[in-house]
Amino acid sequence: MAETILYMHGIQKYFPGVHALDDVHLELRKGEVMALVGENGAGKSTLMKILTGIYSKDEGTIELYGQPVEIHSPRHAQELGISIVHQELNLMQDLTVAENIFIGRETTKGAFLDKKKQNRMTDELLGSVHLDISAKTPVKHLSVAKQQMVEIAKALSYNNTKILILDEPSASLTTSEIEDLFSFIRRLKATGVGIIYISHRMEELKDITDRITVMRDGQYVDTVNTADTTIDQVVQMMVGRVIYEEPKTHSNVPADAPVILEAEHLSSNVVKDVSFQLRKGEILGFAGLMGAGRTETMRLVCGADPRDTGTIRVNGEEVRVRTPADAVKAGIGYLSEDRKLFGLCLSLSVADNIAMPSLDSLTGALFVKDKLIEKHSREYIEKINVKTPSSHSLVRSLSGGNQQKVVIAKWLLRDCDILIFDEPTRGIDVGAKSEIYKLMNQLTATGKSIIMISSELPELLRMSDRVVVMCEGRVTGEVDIADATQEKIMTYATMR
Amino acid sequence: MKQETIKTKKINWQTLLAPLALVILYIFFSIFGNNFFSADMLKNILESSYYIGFMAFGVTFIIITGGIDLSLGTVMMCSALIGAYVFKQHHWPLILALLLTVGVGVLFGFLNGTLVARLKLPPFIATLGTMMMSQGIGSIITSVQSQTWPTATEPVGGWFKKVFIRNDFASFRGFPVGALWLIVFFVIATLILHKTKFGRYTFAIGSNEEAARLSGINVIKWKTGVYTLCGFFVGMSGIFYAAAYTTITPGTGNGQEMNGITGVVIGGTSMSGGSGTMVGTLIGVFIMSVLKNGLSACGLQAPWQTFFTGLVVIGAVLLDIQRTKAANRVKKG
Repeated sequence: MAETILYMHGIQKYFPGVHALDDVHLELRKGEVMALVGENGAGKSTLMKILTGIYSKDEGTIELYGQPVEIHSPRHAQELGISIVHQELNLMQDLTVAENIFIGRETTKGAFLDKKKQNRMTDELLGSVHLDISAKTPVKHLSVAKQQMVEIAKALSYNNTKILILDEPSASLTTSEIEDLFSFIRRLKATGVGIIYISHRMEELKDITDRITVMRDGQYVDTVNTADTTIDQVVQMMVGRVIYEEPKTHSNVPADAPVILEAEHLSSNVVKDVSFQLRKGEILGFAGLMGAGRTETMRLVCGADPRDTGTIRVNGEEVRVRTPADAVKAGIGYLSEDRKLFGLCLSLSVADNIAMPSLDSLTGALFVKDKLIEKHSREYIEKINVKTPSSHSLVRSLSGGNQQKVVIAKWLLRDCDILIFDEPTRGIDVGAKSEIYKLMNQLTATGKSIIMISSELPELLRMSDRVVVMCEGRVTGEVDIADATQEKIMTYATMR
Repeated sequence: MKQETIKTKKINWQTLLAPLALVILYIFFSIFGNNFFSADMLKNILESSYYIGFMAFGVTFIIITGGIDLSLGTVMMCSALIGAYVFKQHHWPLILALLLTVGVGVLFGFLNGTLVARLKLPPFIATLGTMMMSQGIGSIITSVQSQTWPTATEPVGGWFKKVFIRNDFASFRGFPVGALWLIVFFVIATLILHKTKFGRYTFAIGSNEEAARLSGINVIKWKTGVYTLCGFFVGMSGIFYAAAYTTITPGTGNGQEMNGITGVVIGGTSMSGGSGTMVGTLIGVFIMSVLKNGLSACGLQAPWQTFFTGLVVIGAVLLDIQRTKAANRVKKG
């Protein structure tokens, strides 16, 4: 067994009124990738903030190479060899790789910058982790994955980094970019760095981690070897109950179910001649790599962008969808992955958001019927279990999963029969994810039809009745859930 | 849940700030000002609030959508000039001249709305353009001649001031009729903003325009409506400016828009859109008016009034930033 480089034991942390961490353990070995998982609020970030010196612990010990240490400040943590790479990239797009890595501690010769030396040092650093990027490349020319790696290289450039914390490094990456990142992480492991890997994407833990430490409600649950466990077991530990919906083995939609939405020959500058049918009560998955044109297609369907050609039929009748208002009138509701940008008015209340598309029918001769809005929003808050103190609370104060439910509620109140869910579970934790899954199945059981775009194949395979696969703006394949496998979908998704 | 209660408390405290400031200022000047605490001074305060008040009611809607209107002042002057011009030079009946005054405001508002909502010009640029255009048009039509509205003693249209500014009712001499107008339109503006679909969409657009659009709201239509409604209020402010000052000089009005905008901002409406109240605007306008009259009652003349108004603007915007910060802190927590 490899040497233990970090041992956190019996960590306690209190915030006013909250017992944030209760007797938490964490052990990291040399050259391993250990996943730290838990729902939002489980205490992962608090623990990491203690490790990187942002918070001080109230009780417990931290040992580095068997020596007890007190970590006083982020700078002190860095001196001790502990570095963190945050989910959001903090690179300056117009500067070069070298300038970014040495920002704030530039190499100088007298009063001037010594760019040559700085570039040489950067090339050495990048070479040592087998990263094939030139020090002189402006960061904006790099892919997001490569930028992520530059961030990691930057973290390593601080002397003797031995413990590296990666906070959701894959959140904004495409499938192929993630592969790129993973092989990079594997090379890092080989140099003996211990990596703590925080992620909400359960499926990738199998690929990259050696062990998994699970936290729940500020407490340590268990640490398991990745090889000896299943993802469902890990998820169960995280939430304390069995949660995921059973995967579908066959379609729940009868063969003769009516077609409720039909799109024919849709095209725009990105979308190329896309046609598909959605049947009543169906969950139609849309798979594809990032940039395959799935979101763009759906934005045409819901009138968010103008289309060059194509017809849209709802219940067999052609509808003129030229603005989102037309689509909403036809009963098509769109839920975006980026709910903050496209879905919600964060500074308004839950009730106002839920009522927004339906305001026409909730207005009397002159005034808005606030009591009716109140009644309806309460009804939906209850029906789909939105956790909010009241219907007057600002949407901003809710968690991601609950915000997503508010978007769903607003389309349900509008009585939309066709719901387009674009990455509905991105950035929300497992517990909330499983609730969204459950809700989707309930919705289709009551006759709603759903189109679901997702970049997580396991999620698509769990939920869809049928999967349409797109690549570079075209539909390249369609598989019934009974015959769908990840391999099959990936083949279509890369069919250029 | 805990955070929610904390936040609600904070917001209540913040909304109390403006009325509190108004009361404190009033008391302060009553103590230190000459003859400040009197019915005459109260009338003065009211009368110098009318036209700014109407302007501010209108622009409150625009600022809540996240926009701005720089043409308030010059459009107000332009409409008052054109109204006086057709009344005096072309002998239109006063009532028609008044309707035209409001109509000019509405037209400019509609133009602003079209530029901003349909043609997607940034509000700052669009209204900067109409600010200059309206100033120019007022001068062109009147051949750069000052125009006068009827005074109280004139045989034709002598009722003008009596209806809009002050009138004697039996024993009550100099009753501030304008205050009634202001209150009536304040109530109307409040109802539109807080109780109608129009108001609800105003907030939605300001909070997240794209989300509003994707919810099926015809953003172009409603936003044009918001600017047009503001134009209506600006036209009204033209009437009240005319009633208060009688003579309108072409080429003026520049800078008056800031009085309106300042009133809105002091009243707690966020410049980033999505939040605000009409009652805040009313109080903001009165704060400015009290400040102006109070300073002059203390013997400080126009330059000082300008200086302090500037100070209050900065203070109010700082407050806005603090408010946003507080809201963001809650979001993260």
